[in-house]
Amino acid sequence: MSTDLGGKQSLIDDILEAYPDKARKDRSRHYEINDENLINCGKCAIKSNMKSRPGVMTVRGCAYAGSKGVVWGPIKDMVHISHGPVGCGQYSWGTRRNYAGGALGIDNFTAMQITSDFQEKDIVFGGDKKLEEICREIKEMFPLAKGISIQSECPVGLIGDDIEAVAKKMSAEIGIPIIPVRCEGFRGVSQSLGHHIANDAIRDFLMGRRELEESGPYDVSIIGDYNIGGDAWASRILLEEMGLRVVAQWSGDGSLNELAIAHKSKLNLIHCFRSMNYMCTTMEREYGVPWMEYNFFGPTKTIESLRAIADRFDDQIRDNCEKMIAKYQVQMDAIIRKYRPRLEGKKVMLLIGGLRPRHTIGAYEDLGMEIVAAGYEFGHKDDYVRTFPELKEGTIIYDDPSAYELEELAQKLGVDLMGAGVKEKYVYHKMGIPFRQMHSWDYSGPYHGFDGFKVFAKDMDMTVNSPVWKLLGHPQEEAVGV
Amino acid sequence: MSVEREIQDFNDLFQKEEYKELLERKKTFEAPCTQAEVEEAAAYSRTDAYKDKNFARSSLVVNPAKACQPLGAVMAALGFEKTLPFLHGSQGCTAYFRSHLSRHFKEPVPAVSSSMTEDGAVFGGMRNLIEGLENSMALYKPEMIAVSTTCMAEVIGDDLNAFIETARQEGVIAKDVPVPYANTPSFVGSHITGYDAMLKSILSYLYDRSEGDPNVPKADSPPLNVLLGFEPYTGNFAELRRVLGFFGSGYTILGDHSGNFDSPAAGEYGYYYGGTKLSDVPRAAKAQGTLSLQKYAVKKSLEYIESGWGQRVVSMPTPIGIAATDRLIREISRLTGLEVPKELANERGRIVDAMTDSHNYLHGKRVAMAGDPDLLLGLIGFCLEVGMEPVHIVCTNGDKEFQQEAEQLLASSPYGEEGTVHIGRDLWHMRSLLISDPVDLAIGSSHLKYAAKDADIPLVRLGFPVFDRHHMHRYPIIGYQGTLNVLCLIVNTVLQQLDDRAPEYGFDLVR
Repeated sequence: MSTDLGGKQSLIDDILEAYPDKARKDRSRHYEINDENLINCGKCAIKSNMKSRPGVMTVRGCAYAGSKGVVWGPIKDMVHISHGPVGCGQYSWGTRRNYAGGALGIDNFTAMQITSDFQEKDIVFGGDKKLEEICREIKEMFPLAKGISIQSECPVGLIGDDIEAVAKKMSAEIGIPIIPVRCEGFRGVSQSLGHHIANDAIRDFLMGRRELEESGPYDVSIIGDYNIGGDAWASRILLEEMGLRVVAQWSGDGSLNELAIAHKSKLNLIHCFRSMNYMCTTMEREYGVPWMEYNFFGPTKTIESLRAIADRFDDQIRDNCEKMIAKYQVQMDAIIRKYRPRLEGKKVMLLIGGLRPRHTIGAYEDLGMEIVAAGYEFGHKDDYVRTFPELKEGTIIYDDPSAYELEELAQKLGVDLMGAGVKEKYVYHKMGIPFRQMHSWDYSGPYHGFDGFKVFAKDMDMTVNSPVWKLLGHPQEEAVGV
Repeated sequence: MSVEREIQDFNDLFQKEEYKELLERKKTFEAPCTQAEVEEAAAYSRTDAYKDKNFARSSLVVNPAKACQPLGAVMAALGFEKTLPFLHGSQGCTAYFRSHLSRHFKEPVPAVSSSMTEDGAVFGGMRNLIEGLENSMALYKPEMIAVSTTCMAEVIGDDLNAFIETARQEGVIAKDVPVPYANTPSFVGSHITGYDAMLKSILSYLYDRSEGDPNVPKADSPPLNVLLGFEPYTGNFAELRRVLGFFGSGYTILGDHSGNFDSPAAGEYGYYYGGTKLSDVPRAAKAQGTLSLQKYAVKKSLEYIESGWGQRVVSMPTPIGIAATDRLIREISRLTGLEVPKELANERGRIVDAMTDSHNYLHGKRVAMAGDPDLLLGLIGFCLEVGMEPVHIVCTNGDKEFQQEAEQLLASSPYGEEGTVHIGRDLWHMRSLLISDPVDLAIGSSHLKYAAKDADIPLVRLGFPVFDRHHMHRYPIIGYQGTLNVLCLIVNTVLQQLDDRAPEYGFDLVR
């Protein structure tokens, strides 16, 4: 990759030239080009977790998306009310692919749209009475629901409803926990505050509320894995294989009980730092549970993480870990032998939420691919600090780029693969740039663990090397002679 | 290839014993319901007692078949040339509209937000709106910006008119850039209400500003305007154009989003594709008449055209089936004064022929359907024509007028006798209906797949949104040709089901 830092900077400057002054000044602070200093000293100046400029076509969503869509939605045995008008719940219904076991509508309520469907009278007179009735009707319709969460949409916070009082009253009346969550979409600057608010609600209403029947020395919890396409399952199997006992999954395929017992684990393992680090620090503070980050994308990082996790336990676990690694190494080598020659040197650009832009780097590198630009929709400083050392000198790092910026960059950098979300996907199809949706795994997966990397490698090859891209841009008159 | 064959994705991987055992072990920590409890609850959910409670719900909504107003406003805005949809309010809404429409159309959806946050709730969103207009003009260079609102702006009561005026005074928006706006509160109506509000706003805005403009030609207006409404099928635009082409009539489509939702992969992305030309709107006001292929999704727009432009307006629900298409053709002929082209008579005959070929597999098939009002009326009409019997009709966003029209349509045919129209109900109601009174086929959006699966009834995907099948929206479902597509979808679903359920001896080669 070109490490012509000056050239990269002028490329960014050129792109930002299109903005009016105020927005340009703001946007320029959301870029940084990786260099030796940044890689080694862990300090960066890039601005993050700030308001998006209006009108720029930000990729970001809102606090409700962070709470209902990410953190609470996957808890399968609870009913999550999208409290407010119909839209928010409709658009987030079953689109995130956080797989969960159980019978939908009976003891699993994940891929459902349960809403109070606010009408004008609810705005004018308030929605608290309706919410009470909704809780009763949920008990009638879904008798096996273990709890209810109230996911507030914008109007709820603006009209002054007291959902906390309703939750308390109705929880006593119907006998299951009801958790009010103040994740109105206008709060904060992105999904990120929604994660935090959702975490706080877990802390205030469920964390530490139940006991584990019997504790063991190898009890761990998976924190911040949403089981997209089965990611958490493909991770859990490795932890179990090396002799650990996973007592809780937060929150993919999760249950209310797992939220209430995780404080009993001996070690919290956090995958998505951005969305759940608050819970790890809280459990550490209040229950003395240590925590560590890990990365199960790609064999290099997975193996590194497995060893680091094993190191927190005893020789038996370390032995198991090494045996397991030896076993999977053979499979991983075969995958890399097959796919690396097809992907070597391909240039990748990423814009994903708060974790994957850094966590997937190793997986791409295992396949010989190179990250030329990466950034977060809603990362914070602590995410960026962790990102620079993972990337090569000359990599462009951006924060909350607009659609325009991304498109310009992708074209100017001549990338071979773009990884972002569904809003971006079809733009890149028009341009003829191979694209993977890296939120939903493009309806594939899992991507975590060794089983997941096989799918990841196959998918990246399929996308980058598909013959369909060759159909673009060839005028028909040229084709006639062939 | 052997390595590749060994790779299992989520479909197969988690069926392996080691994963099944893993999930069993996980249950230890879930405090799950017992198998007996789950079975009991599942059985209870299929009883009439449950259905009664389900229908007694007064407040809880489960799996509704409707979206919210501003989603429709985005579609309406994208029906006009080089127009950028601008949503005033929280930014998450815009992300949702864009992804929702992208999942259906498999196309990009340009739209921006004024990204209001908590301070906007306190001080109002004027500065956000003004800066948003400035930034979006600079980056996306639209010729028109169509502003609609999300809940937040509606609840705090932002004054769009004043804000946009201020933006002009501050020089952020040039005088000649039209910025129509519509109030589209999500707590009123549904996506079709928002479509209507934005469309009406664009039409009236572009017309009003042209009044007195000597550059607007008075004489050479095409005689006919057509509206397709909240139209999830880009193929329907092409079909209507084809039909009008046979007539040889000039026409203006008011709100044509087929370009934006079906643009070519040509190596570059240009944000804006096709759409009604802005200068065509004032000319359209001089047309002889307006024909709308939806009724319920464009009520206010049609009222405006009728009273504001003084035009003869004819509207009909989505014209699916022979009778509905006959009416479409007749109305085009009446409004333009042109004779019905021979090609169409011939085409009609060919589609009728196809229907006679398939009738024996369709006759007496009991059908459930859910969707927007106009689509449902079209589908009911089609079913009655081929001897299918609509039984459960669920329209979450249907009003009394729709209910009455649907009931009249059902009453017009012996095949409609068993039909019941449920307005304001959701797909969890539909689940109870499908289980307690089973049918042969369900027709509706992808969202209906859950209820259809629970009732073990095949689903024909027609409507919005269709997320889990590709390219269906690129084929028309209106007109004679579209009727053939609908027929084909339905009859082949029936035939597939015959094969799937056939006893060994009855696995017939010829059907």
